Amino acid sequence: MGNRGAYIVRRVLMLIPTLLVIYTLTFVLIHATPGGPWSQGDKPVPPLVLKRLNAAYGLDKPLWRQYTDYLWNVLHGDFGPSFTSRSRTVTDIIKDTFPISLQLGIVAMMLAVFAGITLGVIAAINHNRTADYVCGFISIAGISTPSYVVVSLLVLLLSSQLHLVPTGGWNGITDTRVIIPAVALALYPAAVLARYTRSSMLDVLSADYVRTARAKGLNETVVITRHAIRNALLPVVTVGAIILADVVTGSFYVETIYQVPGIGRYFVESITSRDYPVILGTVLLFGALVSVMNLIVDILYPLLDPRMSN
Amino acid sequence: MATATSALIPSAEIAAKAGRVEGFWGSALRQLTRNKLAVISAVFIIVLGLSAIIVPEIYPRTYAEQNYDAITQGPSREYPMGTDQLGRDIFIRLIFGARISLTVGLVVQAVILLIGVPAGLAAGFFGGKVDTVIMRIVDILYAMPSLLFVIIIMTYLRGTLNSNPGGFWEYISKIDKATGGLVGVYIGLGLIGWLTVSRIVRANTLSLKSQDFSTAAQSLGASRGRIMFRHLLPNTIAPIVVATTLGIPSAILSESGISFLGLGVIPPMPSWGLMISESIVSMRSHPYMLIFPAMAISLTVLAFNFLGDGLRDALDPWMKR
Repeated sequence: MGNRGAYIVRRVLMLIPTLLVIYTLTFVLIHATPGGPWSQGDKPVPPLVLKRLNAAYGLDKPLWRQYTDYLWNVLHGDFGPSFTSRSRTVTDIIKDTFPISLQLGIVAMMLAVFAGITLGVIAAINHNRTADYVCGFISIAGISTPSYVVVSLLVLLLSSQLHLVPTGGWNGITDTRVIIPAVALALYPAAVLARYTRSSMLDVLSADYVRTARAKGLNETVVITRHAIRNALLPVVTVGAIILADVVTGSFYVETIYQVPGIGRYFVESITSRDYPVILGTVLLFGALVSVMNLIVDILYPLLDPRMSN
Repeated sequence: MATATSALIPSAEIAAKAGRVEGFWGSALRQLTRNKLAVISAVFIIVLGLSAIIVPEIYPRTYAEQNYDAITQGPSREYPMGTDQLGRDIFIRLIFGARISLTVGLVVQAVILLIGVPAGLAAGFFGGKVDTVIMRIVDILYAMPSLLFVIIIMTYLRGTLNSNPGGFWEYISKIDKATGGLVGVYIGLGLIGWLTVSRIVRANTLSLKSQDFSTAAQSLGASRGRIMFRHLLPNTIAPIVVATTLGIPSAILSESGISFLGLGVIPPMPSWGLMISESIVSMRSHPYMLIFPAMAISLTVLAFNFLGDGLRDALDPWMKR
């Protein structure tokens, strides 16, 4: 157990250099890019105004100073001012937009888990029969269709033709507006989960304890629900957590087309307007999200599967 | 005795039929050709690749040519897939999009192999500090939000090239113009994508290193370079081929996504992603403008996925399902 504790501590400590490298790389790249946040408009900013602006936002300081200042502020929970939305700080923006992306991501993830596991189990039970091939085709089609195509097609079908849901926007997860972006985001992870579930179910179904369960006369439903699925879901849990991070960090296509005011859409805007603090804040937030998810998986997995805990 | 002879005959027959001992790649190819989906996919990819090379050379119009007398026309004899808002021929734009997509797929995989294979090989073979350093880099980059990173690299490169620096950048700028402004995508996706390949190569090298044939090579006095490149690498090629084939569609999807956001290819150069984003405004009145590029992406990605799955089944006897 002491070994495990040390492992967890070491993994948590690894977060520090990881985020530091991500921050440094991003900082260097965005500052090496020619042009600044004030040179993006049509009219050139007068030199005096430019000087004042730079002074106000600390952009006149030497780069190393900006690097350490921002780092210091981030460690105190302050992600800096936004250059484009002058009345809001990056922390405000993250507080406003990130929960929306997270909610959308969680709804999509739940859809994906439900659909993916169902498809995978159906495919595995009907191994090499028609149902297996149909599920296989659905999942590979899901992997092959980009989310922005799915959103567009769903809007075309559900909003324009059938008038069932609005063509865009966001009004919380209880509103019908959540349907299209959530389905579009769920499709890819559902397909991936279906493939994982299928292959892990097939492994489990040929295991000795399943044969034993069948041999002692349990009916097939009990064998599958009680004995097989539970064990088959272990490897699925690992991909699941990583996929959640992917869904949240990869939602900007869907958010852009469906006009969901999430963080992904904000990031795309901040890139074109050179909004340094927003870029750095988003990258750090997403980096932290991805690493924490990876960490949770690595810690959870041995707990779920005692064979792995050595 | 008669039974014993008749039992021997079949095996003799099999040996005679085979004629020669079939190698690993031979049997893999035979396996692959038995997989209908994989064969159809391979044919589709070859046809797509050939048309991407040949059609633009013989087709009467180019991707940027605008005909204001034929705006948003549906598919017709003259325009097989119709025209867009600027009166450009969608068919030839789609074919040019195939050039862009296939090039992205191949170049990104080349970058990935150039970084991932040596890194994985070195980590697995040398172990110790080399392994620790390489694997730490891999761990850290895994946490990098990949699309954000690619977009940042892309913006950096675009900004640098636009400000007209001389020397080395001049050269990059030429390549960038020829590829429609996608060098940043190649580099970005390559720098992020090598992680998986290096992990695969490392794991394989580790398990092969302790096997008898490499001990034998070592005891015969083979140099470390020789063991790495002549004995370990060739035995790792099968999983590399599978990972590369399955990596192509994900590179294609990433590029089309970035172009969709308007951060990739520079107009008027077409990319399937850009064509989709241009068609979204008018998808209700002119759905064909959306359908054709959407189908092009899906079918191409589907084909590479089927081929990759087929290759995996054919190359890895233990993974077969």
